[in-house]
Amino acid sequence: MTPLLSVQEISKSYGTHIGCADVSFDLYPGEVMGIVGESGSGKSTLLNCLAGHIAPDFGRVVFDTRIDGPKDTVTMSEPERRMLGRTDWAFVHQHARDGLRMGVSAGGNVGERLMAVGERHYGDIRHKAADWLDRVEIDTDRIDDRPTTFSGGMQQRLQIARNLVTGPRLVFMDEPTGGLDVSVQARLLDLLRGLVRDMGLSAIIVTHDLAVVRLLADRLMVMKSGHVVEAGLTDQVLDDPQHAYSQLLVSSVLQV
Amino acid sequence: MSEYNFAYLDEQTKRMIRRAILKGLAIPGYQVPFASREMPMPYGWGTGGVQVSAAILTPDDRFKVIDQGADDTTNAVSIRSFFERTANVATTTATEDASVIQTRHRIPEDTLTEDQVLVYQVPIPEPLRFLEPRESETRKMHSLEEYGLMHVKLYEDISRHGHIATSYAYPVKVEGRYVMDPSPIPKFDNPKLDDMAAIQLFGAGREQRIYALPPYTQVVSLDFDDHPFEASKADQICGLCGAADSYLDEVIVDDAGGRMFCCSDTDYCSRRRAAGHQGPAFPGSEVAA
Ligand SMILES: Nc1ncnc2c1ncn2[C@@H]1O[C@H](COP(=O)(O)OP(=O)(O)O)[C@@H](O)[C@H]1O
Ligand SMILES: [Mg+2]
Ligand SMILES: [Zn+2]
Repeated sequence: MTPLLSVQEISKSYGTHIGCADVSFDLYPGEVMGIVGESGSGKSTLLNCLAGHIAPDFGRVVFDTRIDGPKDTVTMSEPERRMLGRTDWAFVHQHARDGLRMGVSAGGNVGERLMAVGERHYGDIRHKAADWLDRVEIDTDRIDDRPTTFSGGMQQRLQIARNLVTGPRLVFMDEPTGGLDVSVQARLLDLLRGLVRDMGLSAIIVTHDLAVVRLLADRLMVMKSGHVVEAGLTDQVLDDPQHAYSQLLVSSVLQV
Repeated sequence: MSEYNFAYLDEQTKRMIRRAILKGLAIPGYQVPFASREMPMPYGWGTGGVQVSAAILTPDDRFKVIDQGADDTTNAVSIRSFFERTANVATTTATEDASVIQTRHRIPEDTLTEDQVLVYQVPIPEPLRFLEPRESETRKMHSLEEYGLMHVKLYEDISRHGHIATSYAYPVKVEGRYVMDPSPIPKFDNPKLDDMAAIQLFGAGREQRIYALPPYTQVVSLDFDDHPFEASKADQICGLCGAADSYLDEVIVDDAGGRMFCCSDTDYCSRRRAAGHQGPAFPGSEVAA
């Protein structure tokens, strides 16, 4: 089977400072990969390299495109990469305000990707937006309200709806539950787990919260100082960590 | 004013502006940056349009200035007299006699010809600005033709008002490529942008942008399949000349707050009256006001 995403030797430095170094892995359709590690370990740098937000210094990110098959997204043209960014890819930011248009209604936020790919029927767009609000458990009566009037948890669910409305094949998430109250986190995790299962989503989830990966990720990579120090099936890594750093991480000795 | 060069600007500056205009004509709807000069009038007074006019006027031109369709507002009068003084150029209020027409907020009712140039004063040239304030991002959106955001604006309109309520500066797509702000003309005027015989030049002074539509350019107003564009106007006729096909302003006519609709294009209206047309507000008209 062709991997949906094949990450090969990705490295990114900030001057002499390592962001992430020599990261390789394959992600197969329907798989969820978790990336854990303490703050500053290079998780966001790696995720942004994979999603095309920053250019890696070295390496390839080969995505199995619908039309041309496997293609290196690092070297493809910017219009092509941005097109992927609003069709087959989705990116859920830690801070909902980075991923939402705060001055636009909830319906407009969800509808934007549809309009970006050429949908021109207002009634259809609105219908799909309402459907997605419902799927992320936002009352459809709120469709014309701006996200500024939403709670943190609702904003994050709106961001997820806005991303999933075009049926992306790969979702990048950077600390999707970060900064939320514990009870709100639990509800969001439940929702994400349901969506991942129902839609058969492939996803890469960056988090420092092991509960998140325990619930969502099939496989896990542990990062330290920009390097992957351990990788494997989630349960294996969490229940029987091999690397000393993973052991520390799992035993919660580290304040992550 | 004799210490000034013809049409106020020095030749060097005019050449720079002409280059921007030519580039704009070569890439219809594309916003060309230019080094806007200080003009002896405030920005809100159409310094972008004034600089474009200064760059294209020749001693043989006949110049007309309209503000909301009228030749006699303070703004129109002062720009007209500015070029009378600095370029000694002939002026007119008759649309058909003018070779260069500078305008704010309107397109004349008369069909313009290949021998004419229409210069628009533009306050905000960037149609995506309302939803995306970062200029680096809007520039990228234009270059990659990522215009979904423009429809988000129209979506918001419909969700709030039940219809597309944008009635001025209604966004258009030029030759299937660039999305353009036609300046704050009423959407009633949008169909006139399309396939116009005259050259259309747009100048934004404070924002330092020039863009252009060469003759016979395709200009399409954005819309939704189920909410098509409509070039609406007040469902009235002109009180003075009876015109049913012109854009109307509502004006207060007496101390009691009485109101009347009349043509915003004052030249069009007065020529119709001179030709004998009468509206309901006209004394002695058979239709009572
Ligand atoms: N824009 C940047 N400029 C310089 N250094 C950066 C930048 N972004 C991240 N870094 C550094 O790169 C390392 C990895 O950061 P990051 O990828 O944000 O880690 P994480 O997401 O795991 O917290 C850190 O040492 C961080 O300080
Ligand atoms: Mg991070
Ligand atoms: Zn009239």
